[in-house]
Amino acid sequence: MLLSRLVAKNAFRHKLRTALTVLGIVVAITAFGLLRTIVDAWYAGANASSSARLVTRSAVSLVFSLPLTYAQKIRQVDGVKGVSWANWFGGVYISERNFFPQFAVDAATYLDIYPEFVLPAAERKAFVTDRKGAVVGRKLAEQYGWKVGDTIPLRGTIYSGNWNFTLRGIYDADKGVDQSTMYFHWEYLNESIRKLYPRRADQAGVFVVQLKDPAQAAEVSAAIDAMFKNSLAETLTETEKAFQLSFVAMTEAILLAIQAVSFVVIVIIMAVMANTMAMTARERGSEYATLKALGFSGGFVARLILAESLGIALAGGSVAILLTVPIARAFADQMGTLFPIFFVSEETMLFQAIAALGVGLVAAAFPMWRTASVRIVDGLRAVA
Amino acid sequence: MGLPFAYIARNIARRRLTTALTAGGMALVVYVFATVLMLAAGLEATLVATGQPDNVVVIRRASQTEVQSGVDRTQAGVVESLPDIAVGGEGQKLVSKEVVVLINLPKRESGKASNVVIRGVMPVGVELRPQVKLVEGRMFRPGTAEVIAGRSIASRFQGAGLGETLRFASADWTVVGIFDAGRTGFDSEIWGDSEQMMQAFRRLAFSALVLRLADTERFDAVKQEIESDPRLTLEAKRETRFYADQSEMLSKFISYLGTTISVIFSVGAVIGAMITMYASVASRTAEIGTLRALGFSRTAILVAFLLEALLLGAIGGIVGLVAASFMQALAISTTNFQTFAELAFTFKLTPRIVVASLVFALAMGFVGGFLPAARAARLKIVDALRAA
Repeated sequence: MLLSRLVAKNAFRHKLRTALTVLGIVVAITAFGLLRTIVDAWYAGANASSSARLVTRSAVSLVFSLPLTYAQKIRQVDGVKGVSWANWFGGVYISERNFFPQFAVDAATYLDIYPEFVLPAAERKAFVTDRKGAVVGRKLAEQYGWKVGDTIPLRGTIYSGNWNFTLRGIYDADKGVDQSTMYFHWEYLNESIRKLYPRRADQAGVFVVQLKDPAQAAEVSAAIDAMFKNSLAETLTETEKAFQLSFVAMTEAILLAIQAVSFVVIVIIMAVMANTMAMTARERGSEYATLKALGFSGGFVARLILAESLGIALAGGSVAILLTVPIARAFADQMGTLFPIFFVSEETMLFQAIAALGVGLVAAAFPMWRTASVRIVDGLRAVA
Repeated sequence: MGLPFAYIARNIARRRLTTALTAGGMALVVYVFATVLMLAAGLEATLVATGQPDNVVVIRRASQTEVQSGVDRTQAGVVESLPDIAVGGEGQKLVSKEVVVLINLPKRESGKASNVVIRGVMPVGVELRPQVKLVEGRMFRPGTAEVIAGRSIASRFQGAGLGETLRFASADWTVVGIFDAGRTGFDSEIWGDSEQMMQAFRRLAFSALVLRLADTERFDAVKQEIESDPRLTLEAKRETRFYADQSEMLSKFISYLGTTISVIFSVGAVIGAMITMYASVASRTAEIGTLRALGFSRTAILVAFLLEALLLGAIGGIVGLVAASFMQALAISTTNFQTFAELAFTFKLTPRIVVASLVFALAMGFVGGFLPAARAARLKIVDALRAA
């Protein structure tokens, strides 16, 4: 009881200093949380992938397509429940700044394989039956203010020309699933390609394979790849998760840098907090010596410092954790579709709490040791 | 009259732990700030140096990158016949019809795959890039399954070293040479014979044409001619511009993210400086009173404490910059969002970054020191003397 009152009184002795320290911790822990959330956003695609799906692509690289006839052959492999296919379109909406992913898909089969996209039955029907129709995620529709029935013009980069699509539906999904993508009919793309560049027609960018049993992923992948071995277009089949992670791996260097920087901010605030505690303990050198002279043990005095340090750090940490969620939301709104999935995970909050605790402990360590071990006479003699 | 600088410096030296912690915090912020700017500068330098000012790249209109582009043989023939193209020593036109594709190769260390650019060039294509020099082995022979690999690809990707073989497009390709392209984007590419690549990848169209102008001033006229020709659906860009455009997104992303992070971090460091300076003022109240009684003006006191804070900032800035300058020894490689291909580049410390970092560090010191210095200057002589 006495301890906690003494700690509280001590902590508020220098109101300005304590307030500044708490503020610094709030900023640092919030930044730490946001940086971790950015890293999470990178992995979001992989986390949202289903273990019951495989992706088959050209073994050379993603820029090479595969003949559509492969769909039939893949469907006959044991353990395959359904097959769909998609082409990356890479169109530009008005200007290059408005980036969002667009895929030409085999509409009916694709929506069956991806049950996480929730589309009202009427909209689904309207999309499937309209050759020039398209569906987009809720977030994307909100960003550009699109409504069902609107025309979306895209300028092709891979498939040159101007393309117009009619929005037929807006899908919803859990917060972990990408809602910033546009899907339209592969048939429509293919018909146009056939007229322009006959040689590039009837090609699929990737095949998405739905498994009967996720446990069979390895065998089915091997069976598919073996089927096309030594053909003109060899395939590489992997789980959807591995496919998504291969994208993450490409930008790994940036990711590592962000992770490293998120720890740097903790080190910075550790230095600031350690400085505060060191100054505080030095100024109170004679008081602590007096306490010891009165019979309190060195451990008691050390606990006083530890409690004060932890109190300040955890106060800052809790404010930071509370602030991170609204700031992350504002950041995500600003960024639009650049980070389609952006939310603060519980794990991040836990890490923030641990970081705050760590800062409090480290900052107190040196002053604790000094104060506990200093001789009473030296302490009494010391001037701040 | 001002206070001697030695007095200010001694104050900083007296409280070693506090000075080290405060300046250390600022040094870390400056380190992050400088490193990020160096990364963006290195990326830009790499891609800008990739292009030659008198070379022109011709790609399909709106295709943005060579990989997405397609130029068929008829169109290539039309471009080749332009009169403004320079002529080489043996009377051949300086035009290289190139095929650019991406292949997925596993890295040596992690085994993780990344996209690498394979460029099919004509012999004249090598002549068009004087920065490309063979450092090991020999040139590929046209018409064979031989390739040469850029330095940073050879060291980092499986099968890309000298004498090793790569398997792609249903054929085995022997790496017969390693080239150094002077830290440009070509260091991250593999080169082979253009016609050979066309056959291997079963392509009917080239990806891009690279040509040298006889007179670089004629660029606008040539561009106009290519883009207005109804037989061509092509666009022409200066090679320097073409590669600079490709670095735009990634370098903007790096510098935006980095600056935002640095500014947020600097708040922490400024607070650290403020705490230190407030404590410095508080512990020297009596001293300040004495100085004022001796006749030093309020301004002299303000300046003395501001200089102390600026000195803290300067120490932090220099330490941070020195640490960041070591990063120049490191190469980083990542996928360029725009080309979807692997690109290696280094951190580059430019004079502009040195100045920016030091200004940033001094600004942190100034912001952190201003309020405490103002408090010191406002102290009344009697009150300050009584505080002792």
